[in-house]
Amino acid sequence: MNHDLSKLSAIYDRYPRKPQSLIAVLQDIQKEYNFLPCEALKQTAEELNVPLSKVFSVSTFYNAFSLVPKGEKVIRICVGTTCHIRGAKQIQEQLEDELKIKAGQTTEDLQFSLEVVACVGACAMAPVVAVNERYHGNVTVGSCKKLLKKGKKG
Amino acid sequence: MRIENAGQLEQYRRECQARLDKQTRRLLVCCGPGCLANGSQAVSDAFKKVLRNRKIKGFKVEALKETGCHGFCEQGPLVVIEPEGIFYTRVKPAHAEKILEETIAKNKVIDKLLFRDHNNGQPITCYRDIPFYSRQQRIALRNIGQINQCDIDEYIATGGYSGMAKALTQMTPKQVIDEVTASGLRGRGGGGFPAGRKWKTAASAEDTPHYVICNGDEGDPGAFMDRAIMEGDPHSVIEGMIIAAYAVGAHEGYIYVREEYPLAVVNLQKAIEQATEYGLLGENIIGTDFTLELNISRGGGAFVCGESSALMRSVAGEVGEPRAKYVRSVLKGLYDKPTVLNNVESYACVPAIIDKGGKWFASIGTKKSTGTKAFSLVGKVRNTGLIEVPMGTTLREIIYDIGGGIQNDRPFKAVQTGGPSGGCLPEAKLDLPVDFDTLTEAGSMMGSGGMIVLDDQTCVVDLAKYFLAFLVDESCGKCVPCREGLHQLYGMAVAVSEGRATEETLEKMERLSEVVAVGSLCGLGKSGPNPFLSTVKYFRDEYLAHINDKKCPAGVCRELIRFEVIEDKCDGCMACVAACASNAITGQKKEPHVIDQELCNKCGACRTVCRRDAILVL
Repeated sequence: MNHDLSKLSAIYDRYPRKPQSLIAVLQDIQKEYNFLPCEALKQTAEELNVPLSKVFSVSTFYNAFSLVPKGEKVIRICVGTTCHIRGAKQIQEQLEDELKIKAGQTTEDLQFSLEVVACVGACAMAPVVAVNERYHGNVTVGSCKKLLKKGKKG
Repeated sequence: MRIENAGQLEQYRRECQARLDKQTRRLLVCCGPGCLANGSQAVSDAFKKVLRNRKIKGFKVEALKETGCHGFCEQGPLVVIEPEGIFYTRVKPAHAEKILEETIAKNKVIDKLLFRDHNNGQPITCYRDIPFYSRQQRIALRNIGQINQCDIDEYIATGGYSGMAKALTQMTPKQVIDEVTASGLRGRGGGGFPAGRKWKTAASAEDTPHYVICNGDEGDPGAFMDRAIMEGDPHSVIEGMIIAAYAVGAHEGYIYVREEYPLAVVNLQKAIEQATEYGLLGENIIGTDFTLELNISRGGGAFVCGESSALMRSVAGEVGEPRAKYVRSVLKGLYDKPTVLNNVESYACVPAIIDKGGKWFASIGTKKSTGTKAFSLVGKVRNTGLIEVPMGTTLREIIYDIGGGIQNDRPFKAVQTGGPSGGCLPEAKLDLPVDFDTLTEAGSMMGSGGMIVLDDQTCVVDLAKYFLAFLVDESCGKCVPCREGLHQLYGMAVAVSEGRATEETLEKMERLSEVVAVGSLCGLGKSGPNPFLSTVKYFRDEYLAHINDKKCPAGVCRELIRFEVIEDKCDGCMACVAACASNAITGQKKEPHVIDQELCNKCGACRTVCRRDAILVL
């Protein structure tokens, strides 16, 4: 897959070209492309003067990074302790069932990615599901469908 | 505008205060994490829309404020009208017009939106009269929910940055450290290390430069105090960091914020820009020769980065693996230089300590754990939310007086504190005072302040399994006992939950727990077995029920249970039919439903939605 890598230079310009900037740069690339394209990793290694192996190691260590393309809408099911005891597992199963993918996967049409996250910090409203950066509290098995419908519309 | 000296700051504070005083009525819309998840942004937008189209007598648009977490998340979205403290709960965008017309314009309280005491059903108008609030004492959370979360002028009006001004202009670094030492402040991130001692060590370290870091990598699932502070009162953290930097001679600092908290990054960034513009941060702070540059470092979504040495590696752009701490990070921290790392809540306490004195802070709480502590009170408790109480308050007071007891009046089972490093305490321990040492002695720990209440429908085996799975996922893999040991512990916990274990399995788990705890470098592994150890200590019978009777008393572990409808109780409301994802429930309206055991996947959704308690777990 080819990607427009012209946006990379603007990202490099935001930070000092030092190894210390690696995580921040990768975060911006992830945000821009929804994943870390392989060519971008190579270019980052050169720009920041970091071995490619280290770029790869950082890219795979942190959950925030993905080496495969993510969906347009990232649905994150909070599975923090509170959400867990308030039924996050049921919500996860329901969403997996509806989207026909497992957590950690992306639908073929690249519309949705389904992820689990260890706590989004809105525990009082457990169980919580975040669609991109929008949070939905007190989610029930029944309201999952509505959530997806809304997500599809935008 | 640049503030050039302490006198100017005080004068500006008076101006800001006067401006606030002119707003005789203030309308506060809570935009904390909980309320936002419940749609409070739409509520705030609805107020703005009404105000754009129409003038409300005696009310200025500036007096509509979006605040940080007010605390009582259960009742959100919350709208508070000050100075009376009129407290509206579960507000919807459609209520905006009525609130403005009735309460703001005509002083009429809308009964329907008030909080009702669950014991007697009586409405309570002012939030300060609700036990959830009246039993709290707020220091770290002093401004949250009270002021506009992104307005430096309001922070200054409440006395913000005056602690910093006092430190920088009237005190020597040594005096600042002495004051913090006298306060007895201990690290709020869970470690409980005395802040004053840490600062003293860093200040006297010869190697330069020195750094200050704020740990905002709040990774414990079930905790959101730091998120609320960073989003709702970012200036208090910045002010605390400036004071710390001055005390230890640092000129560069980092705030490490968790990847999952994008709003915290935005608000902190705004706060840093405002403070720099005012000359309260950056070069020559309020005209003194002290300089501090603060940067935000965003985390990458790794739990282990909450550990200090891993966090420092992550700030430096590396993989967040902890190192052995033969030499402490306060001497060799970021880039191997002396580094003071404190938690968000600790920094938020510092301005108040300098302002009011270490003695004042030490007079609150217990002898060895001074001051107050913020908790996120969540789980199966009636009043979930963000609270702050003096150290030494008992678990019972927190859960029953502030928290209002257990949801749906179910029996209390345990309270989980300290996240994946902590443990579960049973009913017999409810009268323990909450402080660093008592909780550790009881086999749990204070942790960063997540307090998750469990009822009889929570299975402790399932919970231990949950935490072990979490830790297996988050272990960085450096130490074998942690990486492999937790994995094995998890496998055995699964065996227990599926009824495949013997009593010997439990003994093996206990022995392996010891190995993991002793053989790991950092807190993740050292305290990783705690959730298992504390539950097996206090709830051994429940483990044995899984092992010997092949039963899950709480009705959670799927391999050991089945669901049935109690015919006499079922009124045929169809709620469970709709909720069942595997279409295992059939039945007509007003007739008892039936569960097809072949199709049922034991998820328990039917039990959650049944209002008549008609689903039996066997």
